[in-house]
Amino acid sequence: MSDNLLKVRDLKIGATVYPPGEKPHDIEIVHGVSFEVEKGKVLGLIGESGAGKSTIGLASMAYGRGGVKITGGEVWVNGRDILKTSHTDVRALRGGEVTYVSQSAAASFNPAKKIMDQVTEAAILQGKFSSKEAVGRAIELFRKLGLPDPETIGNRYPHQVSGGQLQRCMTALALCPEPDLVVFDEPTTALDVTTQIDVLMAIKEAIRDTGVAALYITHDLAVVAQVSDDILVLKMGDMVEYGTVNQIINDPQEDYTKALVSVRSIEHEEKEPTPEPVLKVQNITARYKGTNFDVLKNINVELHPGQTLAVVGESGSGKSTLARVITGLLPQSNGSVHFAGRDLSKDLAGRKKDDLRELQMIYQMADVAMNPRQTVGTIIGRPLEFYFGLKGAEKHKRIIELLDEIEMGEAFIDRYPAELSGGQKQRVCIARALAAKPKMIICDEVTSALDPLVADGILKLLLDLQKIEDVAYLFITHDLATVKAIADSIAVMYQGEVVRYGGKSDVLSPPFDDYTDLLLSSVPEMKLGWLEDVIANRKMESAGN
Amino acid sequence: MSLLLKLLTQRIALGLLLLFLVSILIFAGTIILPGDVAQSILGQSATPEALANMRRDLGLNEPPVQRYFNWLGGLLQGDLGTALTSGKDIAESIGKRLGNTLFLAFWAAIISVPLAILLGLIAVRYRERWPDKLISAVTLASISVPEFLIAYVAIFVVSVRLRWAPSVTTINDSMSLGEKLHTISIPIAVLTLVVLAHMMRMTRAAILNVMQSAYIETAELKGLRMFTIIWKHALPNSVAPVINVVMLNMAYLVVGVVVIEVVFTYPGMGQYLVDHVSKRDIPVVQACGLIFAAVYIGLNMVADIVSIIANPRLRHPK
Repeated sequence: MSDNLLKVRDLKIGATVYPPGEKPHDIEIVHGVSFEVEKGKVLGLIGESGAGKSTIGLASMAYGRGGVKITGGEVWVNGRDILKTSHTDVRALRGGEVTYVSQSAAASFNPAKKIMDQVTEAAILQGKFSSKEAVGRAIELFRKLGLPDPETIGNRYPHQVSGGQLQRCMTALALCPEPDLVVFDEPTTALDVTTQIDVLMAIKEAIRDTGVAALYITHDLAVVAQVSDDILVLKMGDMVEYGTVNQIINDPQEDYTKALVSVRSIEHEEKEPTPEPVLKVQNITARYKGTNFDVLKNINVELHPGQTLAVVGESGSGKSTLARVITGLLPQSNGSVHFAGRDLSKDLAGRKKDDLRELQMIYQMADVAMNPRQTVGTIIGRPLEFYFGLKGAEKHKRIIELLDEIEMGEAFIDRYPAELSGGQKQRVCIARALAAKPKMIICDEVTSALDPLVADGILKLLLDLQKIEDVAYLFITHDLATVKAIADSIAVMYQGEVVRYGGKSDVLSPPFDDYTDLLLSSVPEMKLGWLEDVIANRKMESAGN
Repeated sequence: MSLLLKLLTQRIALGLLLLFLVSILIFAGTIILPGDVAQSILGQSATPEALANMRRDLGLNEPPVQRYFNWLGGLLQGDLGTALTSGKDIAESIGKRLGNTLFLAFWAAIISVPLAILLGLIAVRYRERWPDKLISAVTLASISVPEFLIAYVAIFVVSVRLRWAPSVTTINDSMSLGEKLHTISIPIAVLTLVVLAHMMRMTRAAILNVMQSAYIETAELKGLRMFTIIWKHALPNSVAPVINVVMLNMAYLVVGVVVIEVVFTYPGMGQYLVDHVSKRDIPVVQACGLIFAAVYIGLNMVADIVSIIANPRLRHPK
């Protein structure tokens, strides 16, 4: 037992649920999980949402979020079962022996206090360091994590640094008290892909240099493969597979693990452009009211019938704004939108019913894009009534057809959105868009909020529907893996401009411009040692320049 | 810093504008009141000639707009006018009584505000347990009973039975601070009971709201004590809603003490106002109304300014 820093035996965790219309009752969300972490090792906890990975991570600090209670099993940290120890001892454990890095550093820092005070607070209060020592240590960590102005950044307030920087500050916060174990809970999920790689490297180096052990929680197997020694695969609170990172990535045993490893393996043949594009965006420039800079600068792209144009870029690149201009929500200050053989009016009020019908949208957040008090049948039936005047049996028949197309079926017609899973909600939104028989659908980050396997299913469905309905997609995303899976042509956006545009194979083959190169090389690959390779390459390149 | 300064300037300008509008309202309100000042000064037996002379002397025959601007001009120079009934300068008579009212309000605030916030913190620390329920029950009960009833019960118990403090609270300059405080101890206690519940419940609700935040979880996972978390991490982020309700209650302590002053025959603004309303002494009523409005607007303005300054995003821009 002495080698094992953390030893979890048959951990069971329960929660009280409050389903609408039923009595509150207790359910079990983690069903007997066991694992061990040795000193200085990193264990990756991986699974989709609802797998219980965060819950297990917090249990190693004897903490239950909300109504979550640890109902059984043992959690040994440094040779004692922390589920049976005193309240005072648990407090000494938290922030002393075991620390936590959350997904959203922006929410996890107190907005009213300086970063330095928060980073050093636990180390000082736990009596590990004097306040002078702790500040020195924090500055040292800021430097190690590659933060700008390590001497003074601690004097700033959380809103005064960027998201990626704040995530690194959170890592410094966790490492400051010299803990034995750090729980990283999706520390890079909320970041842009080019920021993620820097933070990932900073975390990896910090773990290596300090010799701290870690639990690394994520839904992204490609990420966890870069930082872990061992991996535990979880599904719905059950252990699926537990092994070394090499074994899980290169020789997975369970079907579920195999599916996770092979996710994003959709093959899509690029189609040739047709003579007449369905959408032609010409010289579009746009800005928001009350601002003095253009968010879109002279954009030119085309989309051909039955094909997919992927618009890819990081947050703030202007990709969603482009969709707002095309749909008429934000009138452009210059340029024109040519759609299905006609010029579209700048603003929404000037558009005809057919313009609206032929151009549909699907959104990132399926649950807020549907009225929670309407059934699936009503939601899909609404465009049928509005655009085609369908009623009664005819409408019912068409709704069922659409439900079959999205592989859900008649049984769902009377369900409410709250009764559907995330993937099913997005499917209903797709059916609603299809109901209008559009020529083109704008898909705005439609898979970003979904688990990888579910997202894969949605992408496959979209591709199948494209074949049947001959609909064109303008696919907005920050995820290059999705782009590879679905696009015929690609537009890369950066700070309001299209920096690279063309057929998929052209855009994705060298020579690259600097930004596309950075973007492409930042997407984690399901390969051991990928992170080191990329960083080494970048160092070589910058040395060569 | 410029954005902060701009917001503060806007808020102060808004406060002044509001005060100006209120002065119009007060003036208009007193004009449409029924009754005749001249009549109430001279009594029922006055002759029509005497009444007409009186009206002319008081300037009551001039058009209302002119009278308003005369009044406003005087106000801006610190001249509140003369009382119709006594012929005394209003500013002089009010000055002393306003001081008394502020004296009472100040000591009630000194005790009630920290007490309310402390009770709020305790209620959060032990939420849904007996200390929380006890605090809630007692403060709610005290706010539910009319204040004059509490006042008379307090007089009966503390003053008549126990003989700890006087029931008539006349204070004067020759008294020392200790004697004054002893004299007004019952009204202070009653006022505290009246304003405590509101402030305590708001503190509790505002902090509980903040306790849902992710950074409170971070603090818990640092192994901090619950009271440290509430004090150091939750309270600084609840300042805005708490200060608003604190200021509302402080305004009530100044403006709303009429009942308490009458019950305890305390020589403050409230009693002065009530006396002169019954005598239809319009200039006094106007002056008192305006001072009450100024206190109310001023305290609320302070609350808004503190809320603005408490926002770290405004205090420390990017």
